[in-house]
Amino acid sequence: MAANNEQHIQEIRALIKKHKIWDKVFAIVGLLAMLVGVTTLIVLFANLAIDGAPRLLSWDFYTSFPSRRASSAGILSAWVGTTLVMLVTAISAVPIGVAAGIYLEEYAPKNWMTAIIEINVTNLAGVPSIVYGLLALGLFVYQFGLGQSILAAGLTLALLILPVVIVATREAIRSIPQAIREAAYAVGSTRWQVVHDHVLPYSTGGILTGVIIGLSRAIGETAPIITIGALTFIAFLPDSPFKGEFPYISFDWIMAPFTVMPIQMFSWTSRPEEEFQFNAAAAGLVLLGMTLLMNALAIYLRYRIRRNIKW
Amino acid sequence: MNSPAQIMNEDFSLPVSSRLAFRFSRHIRERIIEFILLLAASIAVLTTLAIVVILVYESLPFFQHVSLKDFLTDTQWTPLFDDAHYGIMPLVAGTLVTTGVALSVAIPLGTIIAIYLSEFASHKVRETVKPFLELLGAVPTIVFGYFALVFVTPLLQSTILPNLPGFNMLSAGLVMGVMIIPYVSSLSEDAMHAVPMHMREASYAMGATRFQTAFRVVTPAAFSGIAAAYILGISRAMGETMVVAVAAGMQANMTWNPMEPAETMTAYIVQVSLGDLPHGSIGYQTIFAVGLTLILMTLVFNIMGFLLTRRFRERY
Repeated sequence: MAANNEQHIQEIRALIKKHKIWDKVFAIVGLLAMLVGVTTLIVLFANLAIDGAPRLLSWDFYTSFPSRRASSAGILSAWVGTTLVMLVTAISAVPIGVAAGIYLEEYAPKNWMTAIIEINVTNLAGVPSIVYGLLALGLFVYQFGLGQSILAAGLTLALLILPVVIVATREAIRSIPQAIREAAYAVGSTRWQVVHDHVLPYSTGGILTGVIIGLSRAIGETAPIITIGALTFIAFLPDSPFKGEFPYISFDWIMAPFTVMPIQMFSWTSRPEEEFQFNAAAAGLVLLGMTLLMNALAIYLRYRIRRNIKW
Repeated sequence: MNSPAQIMNEDFSLPVSSRLAFRFSRHIRERIIEFILLLAASIAVLTTLAIVVILVYESLPFFQHVSLKDFLTDTQWTPLFDDAHYGIMPLVAGTLVTTGVALSVAIPLGTIIAIYLSEFASHKVRETVKPFLELLGAVPTIVFGYFALVFVTPLLQSTILPNLPGFNMLSAGLVMGVMIIPYVSSLSEDAMHAVPMHMREASYAMGATRFQTAFRVVTPAAFSGIAAAYILGISRAMGETMVVAVAAGMQANMTWNPMEPAETMTAYIVQVSLGDLPHGSIGYQTIFAVGLTLILMTLVFNIMGFLLTRRFRERY
């Protein structure tokens, strides 16, 4: 009987050992799968770097307008346009997104209206970006009469990243312990005083991370901006926001026609001549550099916040 | 002698009840702030409404001009030619083929990566690999389009498919697949992470290996979350624009063969938008009709996914 039992255990051990081979096999398959992703990223970067390096390293590339001649074409109007559009996007998306996040987390009663707002925020994150372009073409460009301007583009991208900002704000606010709110209420604060003096200051880092991630997504968006009718060939700069005489600041640039980095890259990519591909690669590198820098900043901020939290 | 009680009496001469009494000015200020915050939150609802209203309103003239039957059954899409045909099928086919190619890359790889990271990888591997995958999702799509056109297509031409045309749906789909791996893998991993530890422990106690536990216990238990990740992947692939616009060509072509050039719905919208587009012209109307079709297709997939996940939801 004892010998029989011993034999059984041996058999089971052998069986498990046999099955464990699959553990090893799958560990290798998993590593290979990740390697596909990581390799693509590296090859993509190397490919851009090899094609784009000569143009990237010449100063003229950043200070010239696009041109019919590939070797003298640059990204001046594109990076100025991208900066201005991002400015409009940040100024409009951040206050609205943060306010919406605060409402949903601190104020919203549990009722059907709140449920509808929450479902909408989730759904909007899944709407294809080109649909935002169509919305903006119909609404901003024609109904509101903004035309193909920096303002229209900035507002379009603001709508696009609004869900990102809202979700980041809510997560940052949610991580603040309830005890802090209760302490503030206990000494007689109103709800807004609690939010303004306690909740917002403690969640600034988290909100900032979300805003940067959102903007890094907006900076690479091409389709919605093409849809509202941005031009691909712009050989002038928008009116300067700073003036020599009173009132020193001008907002004329906000209605100016413009182009942005991804559109400039797209327009060079679709040229048949090979030299323009090198320009496209260089523009891609600049774009990639901006995106990676913003993401690295966000990752660093997130890391610092996690380390500094003391409650 | 000043006792604490006297100081209190000096500083706050009013009785307690009126100090804490309801103050109208303070109350009204709170109400106004709450209302402003509510307005900000309702922009989400307004955006959704505006999308629906604008798409329907701007494509109505198109559907007065073209019958729904022609739109759905005609196999040619040449709205800007003299001999105009308005059959959406070629664009739908292009979208479905590129989406299919992308999913055949993203779903297996994304699922394997999720299972590996959640059940096999050490903490250190996970923390190193995840930022890389996130970066893959952060690269601008136009850069992926350039990569597909300038690197992947020539690579395929010089190795296994010498007859591949310069524009084709295959390389666009493949690159798009790699692009959406992080969306599939990170959501799937979250779902597996949420499976309670005691289920794994029970499985190990029965003598199951990691592989058996991962595939027969964790994956089925997390299936509704994994399916949600697949649905997100499908939505991404169908709505993706720049990769297909750059690498798959801008010529509507009724084909199911990924090795041919074809135009997707999104690429058509880009192609028309690049030209001169007067308000109310037939080109202007068509992009809204195509956009409406796109969003309805996304909606159908999402509803199907919702029903599917509800059917397979596990409760612990």
